Amino acid sequence: MTDIAAPNAEGLRRDAAAERFSLFALCLPAVLLVLVTMVAPVAWLFYLSFLDDAGATTLEHYRRMVEQPSYFRTFRTTFEVSVLTTAICVAFGYPLAYFMAQLPRRAANICMIAVMLPFWTSLLVRTYAWLVLLQRRGLINTWGMELGLWDQPIALVHNLTGTLIGMVHIMLPFLVLPVYGSMRAIDRDYLRAAANLGASPTQAFWRVFLPLSVPGLLAGATMVFILCLGFYVTPAVLGGGKVSMVANRIATDIEMFFNWGAASALGVVLFAVTLLLLWGASKLVRLDKFLGGGA
Amino acid sequence: MTWLSAPASETQITHARRLWLYALAGVTMFFLVVPSLIVIPMSFSESQYLEFPPREWSLRWYRNYFGSVAWMDATATSFKAGVLTMLLATTIGVAAAYGLHASRTRWSGLIQGLLLTPIVVPVILVGIGVFYVYARLGLVNTLIGIVMAHSMLAVPLVVMIVTSALKSYDANQELVARSLGASRPKAFFLVTLPQIRFSVVTSAVLSFLTSFDEVIVALFVSGGANSTLTRNMFASLRDQIDPTIAAISTLVIVLTSALLVISQLFGRDGR
Repeated sequence: MTDIAAPNAEGLRRDAAAERFSLFALCLPAVLLVLVTMVAPVAWLFYLSFLDDAGATTLEHYRRMVEQPSYFRTFRTTFEVSVLTTAICVAFGYPLAYFMAQLPRRAANICMIAVMLPFWTSLLVRTYAWLVLLQRRGLINTWGMELGLWDQPIALVHNLTGTLIGMVHIMLPFLVLPVYGSMRAIDRDYLRAAANLGASPTQAFWRVFLPLSVPGLLAGATMVFILCLGFYVTPAVLGGGKVSMVANRIATDIEMFFNWGAASALGVVLFAVTLLLLWGASKLVRLDKFLGGGA
Repeated sequence: MTWLSAPASETQITHARRLWLYALAGVTMFFLVVPSLIVIPMSFSESQYLEFPPREWSLRWYRNYFGSVAWMDATATSFKAGVLTMLLATTIGVAAAYGLHASRTRWSGLIQGLLLTPIVVPVILVGIGVFYVYARLGLVNTLIGIVMAHSMLAVPLVVMIVTSALKSYDANQELVARSLGASRPKAFFLVTLPQIRFSVVTSAVLSFLTSFDEVIVALFVSGGANSTLTRNMFASLRDQIDPTIAAISTLVIVLTSALLVISQLFGRDGR
């Protein structure tokens, strides 16, 4: 029996291997593209970040980041903008998600259109809209002065305020979607049980509902923070050159100074911090559970 | 006012004590919606200053846009790049998702991870890196260069969407087709593909939009005769506020909405 089966089994195994290989080959074009347009460039920049002008190995570009105050300012701005954006998104996004989670499904889906609309609108279109609304002679200043709320145009754009408004607008959906998802999944019986046991509505919220919604909140807030770190367009346009985040600094280093070493080193640091945060967050919550479906 | 004192939830809180929440949620939704909607009336204004509502209506900015060679060229480039990205990214993305799903070797996890990395790499890093590599390959300011970079950015979306569709698809149907004599490719195109078409259409639309909307990479690797629309819009936003942008923005909003509606209608599966 085994004598007859043995060669056949061998043949089947070979066929299976050949089939696996040909299926595997289907991935090759995509893999090749990612290798050429992403892995190779990033690896190359990583290499460049350790070279000085003469081509010798150096840690110069990284040392400058620690020593020069201008780099410190860039990092501080990036951090401040990201923390503020995340905080504002949580402050407005959590209540909105809570509100939507209490509504009947149909009404909640209508609200969902409001949340998703920015997703569907091009980034540049929204940036332009904010310029229209916020600038010195823009709509908000015109209306505010016509209504007598303030006398002088207030500086709402080409500064930190404008950058924050634009970034919060872009990031809010990234917070609301996972938080809403996790709130919908909370079993209402827990809240009824809390009320039965004598908890006031406030207590039931703080001690039962909030802790149960934390995973979604954490996933959303991490995502927002990470995406903020790499922002380029919004600070460049709504910040009017006054808000220089890491990505803006990288672009300036290339466009104006052709300083590939410095730009690469900054890029490597940005990437490393991003990966570190993702890794840290993935230890706390299952990010893919909240982000895989919606994004 | 009986509504106000009625309970708002199982926890017996009343609507009256919830009013702040309704107000906050309303303001937040208003904040989310307004910028996308304000551009449309602005684009029909006669004035070159910002007024809302516009005092006089005209198609001046649309004439400006359609009459400008630079804007028309940039629009053509963006469309070409978008369509080619859609074709390239969807084809290789679907192939990769299917290959990974069906083969399941030791390396599958690693390859899938590799194909998804463009999501986590900061775009600015991709932008300058691609610029550096393209400068050596002579691909800067070429259409093929833009399409390659944009396809790389779109591939993770295609792979994610199609993989999740394949997971919920019963692969035994394909085995049945093959046992009845269909070759593997034939079984895929006749049996599997029609059933995952919704996700394929969705990924195609998203690939197009990924390219059409992309700013940062385009800023570095598109230029000259091959400047994209986003690159020109970004440059003009940085310099001055030209109401032509409002006209373009309105057209972009119309295009995006149309694509989303089409993908919903065309791709709607039986379920």
